[in-house]
Amino acid sequence: MTTYLIKNVSVLGGEPRDLLVRDGQLHEPSGPAADVTIDATGLVALPGLVDLHTHLREPGREDAETVETGSRAAALGGYTAVCAMANTDPVADTAGVVEQVYRLGQAAGLVDVQPIGAVTVGLKGETLAELGAMAESAAKVTMFSDDGFCVNDPRLMRRALEYVKAFGGVIAQHAEEHRLTEGAQVHEGVQSAKLGLTGWPAVAEEAIIARDVLLTEHVGSRLHVCHVSTAGSVEVLRHAKARGVNVTAEVTPHHLLLTDVRACTYDPVNKVNPPLRTQSDVDALRAALAEGIIDAVATDHAPHAAEDKECEWSRARPGMLGLETALSITMQVLGNDWETIAERMSRTPARIAGLSEHGHDPLPGNPASFTLVDPAARWTVDPEALASLSRNTPYAGMELPGRVVATFLRGEATVLDGKATR
Amino acid sequence: MKHLLSAADLDLDAATLVLDTATEMAAMASREVKKLPTLRGRTVVNLFYEDSTRTRISFETAAKRLSADVINFSAKGSSVEKGESLKDTALTLQAMGIDGVVIRHPASGAPNTLSQWVDGSILNAGDGTHEHPTQALLDAYTMRSRLGQLKGLRVAIVGDVLHSRVARSNVLLLRTLGAEVTLVGPPTLVPVGVEDWPATVSYDLDSVLPGTDAVMMLRVQRERMGQAYFPSAREYSRRYGLDNRRVKLLPEHAIIMHPGPMIRGMEIAPEVADSPRSTIVEQVANGVSVRMACLYLLLGGK
Repeated sequence: MTTYLIKNVSVLGGEPRDLLVRDGQLHEPSGPAADVTIDATGLVALPGLVDLHTHLREPGREDAETVETGSRAAALGGYTAVCAMANTDPVADTAGVVEQVYRLGQAAGLVDVQPIGAVTVGLKGETLAELGAMAESAAKVTMFSDDGFCVNDPRLMRRALEYVKAFGGVIAQHAEEHRLTEGAQVHEGVQSAKLGLTGWPAVAEEAIIARDVLLTEHVGSRLHVCHVSTAGSVEVLRHAKARGVNVTAEVTPHHLLLTDVRACTYDPVNKVNPPLRTQSDVDALRAALAEGIIDAVATDHAPHAAEDKECEWSRARPGMLGLETALSITMQVLGNDWETIAERMSRTPARIAGLSEHGHDPLPGNPASFTLVDPAARWTVDPEALASLSRNTPYAGMELPGRVVATFLRGEATVLDGKATR
Repeated sequence: MKHLLSAADLDLDAATLVLDTATEMAAMASREVKKLPTLRGRTVVNLFYEDSTRTRISFETAAKRLSADVINFSAKGSSVEKGESLKDTALTLQAMGIDGVVIRHPASGAPNTLSQWVDGSILNAGDGTHEHPTQALLDAYTMRSRLGQLKGLRVAIVGDVLHSRVARSNVLLLRTLGAEVTLVGPPTLVPVGVEDWPATVSYDLDSVLPGTDAVMMLRVQRERMGQAYFPSAREYSRRYGLDNRRVKLLPEHAIIMHPGPMIRGMEIAPEVADSPRSTIVEQVANGVSVRMACLYLLLGGK
């Protein structure tokens, strides 16, 4: 295994120091000379990022993304682990499918791919999938989600929350009261009224989160809320956390940066579910992330083939790329607050997903899964230059801060000089 | 101006120019030969993804009176039914060197989307629940010819504002032209976010009518019935329909408008629709003049 000496690196913004990467671990430099020396002057080392919410599209839509291309995009974005959502075709609702995704991730070897299992068979919201079988499979699934759909039936949601207690699982809810969002295209408000697009009211998200935190409290289980997008949801979460409910929440980079004004061109690259909200929602989400009411940044990386985005707004599929831009956008939002970035993008998501090998600061004695970032670099997003198979980034042409220079997964370089090693 | 996608594309000068041009076009319609050579050699496609015989015929008549070559493309029985995307249809039109596309589409924003793929002028003939700018222009033309000037005119738009592209375009255009708009309907059919519109909102038709110079009734589509927007057609009609009793609340000079197709007995009583104060048939005739003006101004200068 190649050994690396990383010179003059600032760990989480601290004083420059040297680190040795050997046998998958980080060490104080000592012993024989390393095979490769990396001059990390000016670079910041962060624990490898962990994404709680990634759509890798395989199996089923390998024209939009594969486990391998998505893993490469993740590594280039500074990630060492991603949680792959269950809405594939076939749906990841059996031990067989989650094991397949897990093995594809291992074969690609660029990040750890942790499959998320579906809560209900076929994401239909009717009967529980075999959650226990997925938990006991080689993929060791602990997080379950019907993401894309809400587990709407309150009784089924209650049962799911109860059931996963047996193996320390967590239900990750896509909070959307579907009766309030039939045909919805954009956030319901000034823009939807003007554009004549059916509105997606904030209350459709907030009502489900409110119900679910109460259910979670009632049955003494654990809930994770996917892609929180409204100021009202933040208040519901604040209240629940104050009561001691075991709930965590994530926010996407796009909900931290973009608003519903983006819809005014009808360019479906801006269509996403939940939709882009208003500036006051963005402000509330940023404050909640800084404060810790929202625990994690998660990408909701959602690649789509060109034909699913180059069309009428209402026909387009919702979703945006996120893996290769998430760190830059979080830096733009939080500034170079490395402690908070590490907490929200690595340590806490690793803990939520039960990934014990991830989320450790890049210091001697810890696993060598980390990323090196150049905080001074600025770059302009070019959709064609992204590693994802798809091109649906809403950030095309935007100049963003921070560039991932290198990423290591258990001592192996997955990215060097800003390029994937495989 | 390259395209007409929204009534907001027109400032006061541009809107006035369209209305003045329409007046000239209307004068020509009374001549024996109702045809101008202005757009000879230009090709206009009527790209209709939604059935609308009246709008299509109006545009077709307008283009033909200007001597343009007109191609009617209806989504029914065409490549669209075989699954062709809007983009591929656009690229086909682009390859054929079309000068103008008149598009009617059930998706809001489809004309905006189309405009990125074709070089010709795009004229929005109604997109989803977004806009219908030529309807607003012909409505303004009708009001101007009946009531004189538009500045300071008090216009009530009544009915399903939420789903109405006619209402959206009218609010924008009437504001540009200096009229005062009041939207009237049950709260369920007034969009969340309406507070940003340059219009006032009322839920009480009776209180609005006495201060109204023109009342515009919107069609309430049957399919809204099962979606709990209002309890029943009868209750809707009672609260928001324009019947004989309500007409008496209007000032003497006030006119009654409807973009059609109307549902008699629902939003408008038959005798009201047929009364001399009704401009419904006039609006249809004015539609041709206004669309001639739009086509002329978009395509004629090339």
